Amino acid sequence: MAKLKNPKVFAYRRENGRVGIRNHVVILPLDDLSNSACEKVAHNVKGTKAIPHAYGRLQFGKDLELFFRTMIGTGANPNVAAVVVIGIEPDWTNRIVEGIAKTGKPVAGFSIERFGEFKTVEMACWKAKEFVQWASELRREPVDLKEIWVSVKCGESDTTSGLASNPTVGNAIEKLVAMGATTSFGETSEITGAEMVCKERAANRKVGEQFMATFNAYQKMIDDNKTDDLSGSQPTKGNIRGGLTTIEEKAFGNLQKIGKKANYVGVLDKAEAPTGPGLWFMDTSSAAAEAVTLWAAAGFVAHFFPTGQGNIIGNPIEPVIKLTANPLTAKTMSEHVDYDCSAILRGEMTLDQSGDNLLQMLIRTCNGRLTAQEVLGHEEFVLTKLYESA
Amino acid sequence: MIQFLVHEEADNVGVATVDIKAGETAKGLYMDSQKKVQVKAQQDIPLGHKIALVKFKKDDSVIKYGHDIGRIVADIKVGEHVHIHNLKTRRW
Repeated sequence: MAKLKNPKVFAYRRENGRVGIRNHVVILPLDDLSNSACEKVAHNVKGTKAIPHAYGRLQFGKDLELFFRTMIGTGANPNVAAVVVIGIEPDWTNRIVEGIAKTGKPVAGFSIERFGEFKTVEMACWKAKEFVQWASELRREPVDLKEIWVSVKCGESDTTSGLASNPTVGNAIEKLVAMGATTSFGETSEITGAEMVCKERAANRKVGEQFMATFNAYQKMIDDNKTDDLSGSQPTKGNIRGGLTTIEEKAFGNLQKIGKKANYVGVLDKAEAPTGPGLWFMDTSSAAAEAVTLWAAAGFVAHFFPTGQGNIIGNPIEPVIKLTANPLTAKTMSEHVDYDCSAILRGEMTLDQSGDNLLQMLIRTCNGRLTAQEVLGHEEFVLTKLYESA
Repeated sequence: MIQFLVHEEADNVGVATVDIKAGETAKGLYMDSQKKVQVKAQQDIPLGHKIALVKFKKDDSVIKYGHDIGRIVADIKVGEHVHIHNLKTRRW
């Protein structure tokens, strides 16, 4: 990458200036009740994608705010060209439509009450057809790699993650940040044991204190709800099978993903968009699908996902680039793996070379290469729920 | 061929990068200093699992990445397997 100071990729420039690497036309349900209509539209209108989910009814307070932020952010993501929103009633449907419309992209809403599902599906199909044909004529254009927002999170980690695949991501993140890119890490609970080291990586004292406040709030949630020492949940049974023993060990391995030099410039709430370039900490769960859904909703367009034992997660709108350093996983689960960096463990490749290889895979993904997760149809869209509905 | 890696010189455990068999003299490497190290494995150490580089007593700290990753709950001899049966979190 030393030769490639500011690599170019081919991507879609959206109405608000942001850059996307996919061109999805999304059929977005407001609520669980509207999943069926959205799936019917996506079935009828080829090239569109329904994103069903389990919530959107009777949520309130901060949980409702997070819900709207996530749904609007998903539609607003630059990987999405246009959106059809379907809800059971018009008011909350329009709230999502209006939120997405701020980006300037085409968006339309339909609601089922007083029409029934047949009529709603028919009306939504006409709009979806219009959107998908319009989107199919959009063209990629050359943009700087630094315009690609990249999030990072690991899953089903084992000790090979801490030795090689997470440091590979860290190396790539350092190079992206040096180019002026926007990047983010998170997994608040999985920093347990390494929180003081993480705090020191903040760009300044204020940001470090903000991180600690976020971390302590998450710890309190765990302490308030735990019934044991979380063994088997965190670390997971998969982590343990792979040789990871304690949350502290997992945390130090986890933090390798931000490299050795990069400092984070701010702390983001769940699904909150960053306001400038650099590395950002986002308060997220450590569950893969929940976390990647939050980053996609914050506007991130590509994700680095190192895995040890073989987490097979994907996302419907943010391509997930998967890498592993575990030779057993690379061999037995190769259909899920985009980049095998197990050569590091054999002493046949340096971290610097591996970071460059991962950036090359990012460039290819930006230019249109489908990730393993996309080819396999892994589209785990999982909303983070803060508490029970009313 | 390297059979285990150690993140830092301060660490007291290594990580098997291949399956290590009991009785083998396993060859290791410190990743920071590139210094070599050898340990006789007392037990099978599967790929990715930890091997003790020192003798541990109850309540000792296991050091990995140069940091405390938990407390020992059962004595461990050099070359033995370090995992959930003898190492626990200090948190939660």
